[in-house]
Amino acid sequence: MDYQPPPFFKRGPAPLALLSLYVALSVSLLVVDARFHTLELLRQALSVFTHPLQQAAHAPLALVANAGDYFSSVSRLQSENADLRRAQIESAPKLLRTQQLEIENERLRRLLDVRERQHAKGQVTQILRAARDPFSRRVVVDKGQQDRIVAGQPVVDDVGIVGQVTRVFPFVSEVTLITDKDQAVPVQIVRNGLRSVVFGLGNGQLELRFMPANADVQNGDLLVTSGLDGVFLPGFPVAKVVHIERDTSYSFARIYCVPVAGVENFGEVMVLEPRKVATLPPELSAEASGAPAAPEKGARVKKKRVLRD
Amino acid sequence: MQPTFSSSRILLPASRWFIVLSLLVALVLNFLPTAQWPAMPDWVALVLVFWSVRENRYVGMGWGFALGLAMDVADASLLGQHALAYVLAVYGGAALARRILWFPLAQQALHVLPLLVLVQLIQLGARLMAGADFPGFGYLAGPFVGILLWVPLTYVLLLPQYQPVERDANRPI
Repeated sequence: MDYQPPPFFKRGPAPLALLSLYVALSVSLLVVDARFHTLELLRQALSVFTHPLQQAAHAPLALVANAGDYFSSVSRLQSENADLRRAQIESAPKLLRTQQLEIENERLRRLLDVRERQHAKGQVTQILRAARDPFSRRVVVDKGQQDRIVAGQPVVDDVGIVGQVTRVFPFVSEVTLITDKDQAVPVQIVRNGLRSVVFGLGNGQLELRFMPANADVQNGDLLVTSGLDGVFLPGFPVAKVVHIERDTSYSFARIYCVPVAGVENFGEVMVLEPRKVATLPPELSAEASGAPAAPEKGARVKKKRVLRD
Repeated sequence: MQPTFSSSRILLPASRWFIVLSLLVALVLNFLPTAQWPAMPDWVALVLVFWSVRENRYVGMGWGFALGLAMDVADASLLGQHALAYVLAVYGGAALARRILWFPLAQQALHVLPLLVLVQLIQLGARLMAGADFPGFGYLAGPFVGILLWVPLTYVLLLPQYQPVERDANRPI
């Protein structure tokens, strides 16, 4: 029998064993988060710890900004106020006409039996900070689950689309900007109604991809949301075409755009309500949900019901 | 332990509360809006590597993992990205600790540089594999600023461990 002498010092598991445990844990977290996106609950739980720390870290900056506002001169405020009033009066006729047009449009649509357009409603939120991650374009806004924000809601400012809510925490939520590499917005060119999808490039620009080299796109064309995705309401300005490269050796033109909204600026944005899901007519919805097995299922249910009766 | 291998001063044992506090302060420094500036060092990585070199019995890979998860959540990055990088950096720091402490401070900083670069490279690799774009070489500038801070950081973090020099005229040796 050989006895191992007991260790003099307790040092826990061997470093290599610990290392492999932690590496395995983090790699599995990475893979699950990148592939399946199922760790939102863990994120929300951890954010309960990190959120107060982040708030505390940003508090001095907010304090300085507030102090600056407090000491800003009266004359500047007055001139700003006058400017705003003028802008409001200038836009008033257009707005009044728009209201009238909207009502008229609704009535006509009702007459034609076309579904009414959804009105844009939402909540005003403040952008708190840009996410530190240098690989993506995201901002954090100050409303979250408490204010019934859900992932997928579009975010606009006073001129156009800013982005989309992608992650919701108890008190804040993350908005992916339209200039992010993974963000795509279905758009339509105002001038001729040409539909396409605009993708972020990650450097503050957007690109209209997969447009044929002879597509009717010109510099200065305005792109608005087409609403075909069922997420963004149609008609919000998204971007303006600034540069087109047509090379006959490629089948697609390279079309670069810049966002219309102040996407990379800080300020207030509006989180629009999630768009209502368009319901299919009953005969179509039955067809859509039903594989060939559907009628059998229905029959079985009916039988059961009959038996129960 | 001594501040450097050639110093004749003996340090007091490190206080655990001070270690935890310094790690939390590093986390808050990373959350500051200044983190957006180019070539800002990753404070958490720097302080973690410092304590893993000095006090690897106390600051182990568990600390690296936990702080990494906190950074991931706060940073809106992939969950596990910082955790993996910090765990490996802490392991590297602890493995090199015996060697690093035999060098003067400037050369210690040169030993720490690969660990800090490793932290950035692992995160870069994880994100590139997940489909992100290369954010530019400015991303790799942080570690170089970080090692410039190694000497002041050593003095600040060892400050509570210094004891007053006692001069005893009657001592025989």
